[in-house]
Amino acid sequence: MIVETGHFALWLALVAALVQSAVPIWGAARGHPAAMRVADSAAQVQFLATAASFGALTYAFVVSDFSLRLTALNSHSAKPMLYKVTGVWANHEGSMLLWVLMLALFGVLISVFGRMIPVAMRATVLAVQGLIGVGFYAFILLTSNPFERLLNAPLDGQGMNPLLQDPGVAFHPPLLYLGYVGFSTAFSFAVAALITGRVDPAWARWMRPWVLFAWSGLTAGIALGSWWAYYELGWGGFWFWDPVENASFMPWLIGTALLHSAIVVEKRNALLKWTILLAILTFSLSLIGTFLVRSGILTSVHAFATDPERGAFILLMLCLYIGAALTLFAWRAGDLEDGGVFALWSRETGLLVNNLLLAVACGVVFVGTLYPLVLELITGDKISVGAPYFNQTFLPIFGVTMLAAGIGPFLSWKRARKADVLARAGKTTVVSLAVTAALVFALALRDPVGLLGIFIAAWLATATWQDLLRRCGLPHTPWTNALRRLAGLPRSAWGLYLGHLGLAVAAAGVIAVSVWRDEAIQTVDTGQATQVGPYEFTLIDIDNTTGPNYQTSIAAVRVTRDGALVAMLFPERRWYPVEQKPTTEAGIRTLWHGDLYAVLGDPNGSGGFVTRYYYNPGVPWMWLGAALIALAALISLADRRLRIGAPAARRMPLAQPAE
Amino acid sequence: MRVLVLILMLLAPPAFALDPGEMFADPALEERARAIGRELRCLKCRNQSIFDSNAGIAKDLRVVVRERITAGDSDREILAYVQDRFGDYVLLKPPVAGHTYALWLTPVVLMLVGGLAFAAYMRRPRRAPEALSEADRAAAQALLKETP
Repeated sequence: MIVETGHFALWLALVAALVQSAVPIWGAARGHPAAMRVADSAAQVQFLATAASFGALTYAFVVSDFSLRLTALNSHSAKPMLYKVTGVWANHEGSMLLWVLMLALFGVLISVFGRMIPVAMRATVLAVQGLIGVGFYAFILLTSNPFERLLNAPLDGQGMNPLLQDPGVAFHPPLLYLGYVGFSTAFSFAVAALITGRVDPAWARWMRPWVLFAWSGLTAGIALGSWWAYYELGWGGFWFWDPVENASFMPWLIGTALLHSAIVVEKRNALLKWTILLAILTFSLSLIGTFLVRSGILTSVHAFATDPERGAFILLMLCLYIGAALTLFAWRAGDLEDGGVFALWSRETGLLVNNLLLAVACGVVFVGTLYPLVLELITGDKISVGAPYFNQTFLPIFGVTMLAAGIGPFLSWKRARKADVLARAGKTTVVSLAVTAALVFALALRDPVGLLGIFIAAWLATATWQDLLRRCGLPHTPWTNALRRLAGLPRSAWGLYLGHLGLAVAAAGVIAVSVWRDEAIQTVDTGQATQVGPYEFTLIDIDNTTGPNYQTSIAAVRVTRDGALVAMLFPERRWYPVEQKPTTEAGIRTLWHGDLYAVLGDPNGSGGFVTRYYYNPGVPWMWLGAALIALAALISLADRRLRIGAPAARRMPLAQPAE
Repeated sequence: MRVLVLILMLLAPPAFALDPGEMFADPALEERARAIGRELRCLKCRNQSIFDSNAGIAKDLRVVVRERITAGDSDREILAYVQDRFGDYVLLKPPVAGHTYALWLTPVVLMLVGGLAFAAYMRRPRRAPEALSEADRAAAQALLKETP
């Protein structure tokens, strides 16, 4: 009964979305405030209905109702409760339901927190959100119904891919969708701006918090997925330039550009058309990502469904939404006029260069990802575009982007003093060169590509600190004064510095582990020691035991450095009898400079085991950097909320220094 | 077919990407074998190199690479040897040829187009901002006085 209610609620959500997309637009065109306000109530009804629907499906998973086709195929009564719940979205139908739940969530958030947005704009934005919803509800109900019953319910379910039974990957989809789907708000704001003809700093200020929120979620989601690959797949890799990874990375790149260009609209009323275009493209790439992953064109751990009908449906929606938005853009963008004038040396130009580089980087990933598909379609030639291609093409562009990110904050709005900027960049160069040279001598690091990478990371970190110190008045002001200024910096400034610093830290980590990892693969008996870089790994013992729904062999590995104990690692090899699949759980100890990483492999039949030991320098920095970046967006968001708040809520000092 | 491949992949025995038994004793040769392995695709996997994959075919290919190294082939010869037998699909870094010019030129073209668009934007004729009219000035003054 509960399940049928959930099914009904999903239809109700579709109806609410239809109302939400039609009535407010009509109201906005005719100037009926009451009809426009329907948008708010419809968004709320839509969310409640979708949440009820999602709740019903979750209930079916929690109580292991195997009369439901979806639970029978994807769950099992012996699974731990956490994975029964996360199993809801570890399959195609459930993950699409999560997708629309996020969409409805953003709609209701706009209706609640968007009160300061004029009703005509808010109504139009919500109508576009509703229109996106209509397509996806129809997709779920017509091709991917999660509430389908089975005539003969099996005694137990078929289980869930054990690779996905992991806390890290359990929360990867919700965060990723927070980003993917959250970018729909940018799309809706852009389309609403084109419909109403209103694009100005206020518009950018209304839109930016949603983009920040979504972007923060996407950053965390990508990092979580990467982290999972790192510790679960068992060879210490974290990014494979797999098409599915690229599908999430592309919206991130363009979303980053959008975040920055919206600042220019907000502060200077310039780059209007470009920002609108970026907003449309960001969500379009999210849709393309959904299509690539969900259509089964790409086979991977993500492709739960390989059903051409679904692929065709998503492709159709994709063309409709993206095509309509771009047509609207082509038709209406000509009427938009940039207000702010700026010189060649200015913050505006800096942000434009950032946008250019990020867009090119995204374009390279886009072409690299889709080229093999398109080529096979046209000529039948099968080629592979893998990590070597992306490393050669994407990394140089991104390196330049990071250099630009370092000096961007040096530039002042409208017109910067070139000599001043160059002098400061000179100091940055000296410090970063010194850091790189120190590494060459102290740690005997030689790899030229690695050192170039380290130089770039050091450059970004140095420049960011440099600008932060200058903003605090150092070295021309006493420390106490500087600290007071530091505390008084607006949150958006904290967002800037923390975000850029996070990027530098993450980049340093990526470079360190890519170039200076130590690795040893061997067959060892218990008690046998192996040297890995400066560390000695010794297999002490193997313990065979059982977990909640798996059998496992846990190894105890002792790690010493110069005879002193550093860590005990406990890598596992698990066997899931229901799913008939093995998984590996790496044993990891995180030190400040790197991870000690051990994986347990097959027994060799005579008491020994294959083991893989790694010293992965820099890896903790990667996760720290990603966390800093996601946090930076949230901090910046807090600032926005204060400033967006109704005019009455002006408790902050009025005279904030411009960024 | 794709489903079949997926099933085969998932049924692959729990093995390591790299088996100690197949490794060279000489670290320099081993490093070469791995570098080549990173350039070759495991044919039935997603974008995984044979170095990273634990599939049977990846192991077979790794053994082939090692045999060619032992036979004294250069890195380039080994890649060509594998490419002759499995086609371009096996190379993670696609060859530069007629059907991949567009792919390899993409970064350059995008950079050029972006740079030109940037230059055009910076040089576009700009309308001088309209001067503030007396009425606007008066209105602004009035607003400023209102603010506490």
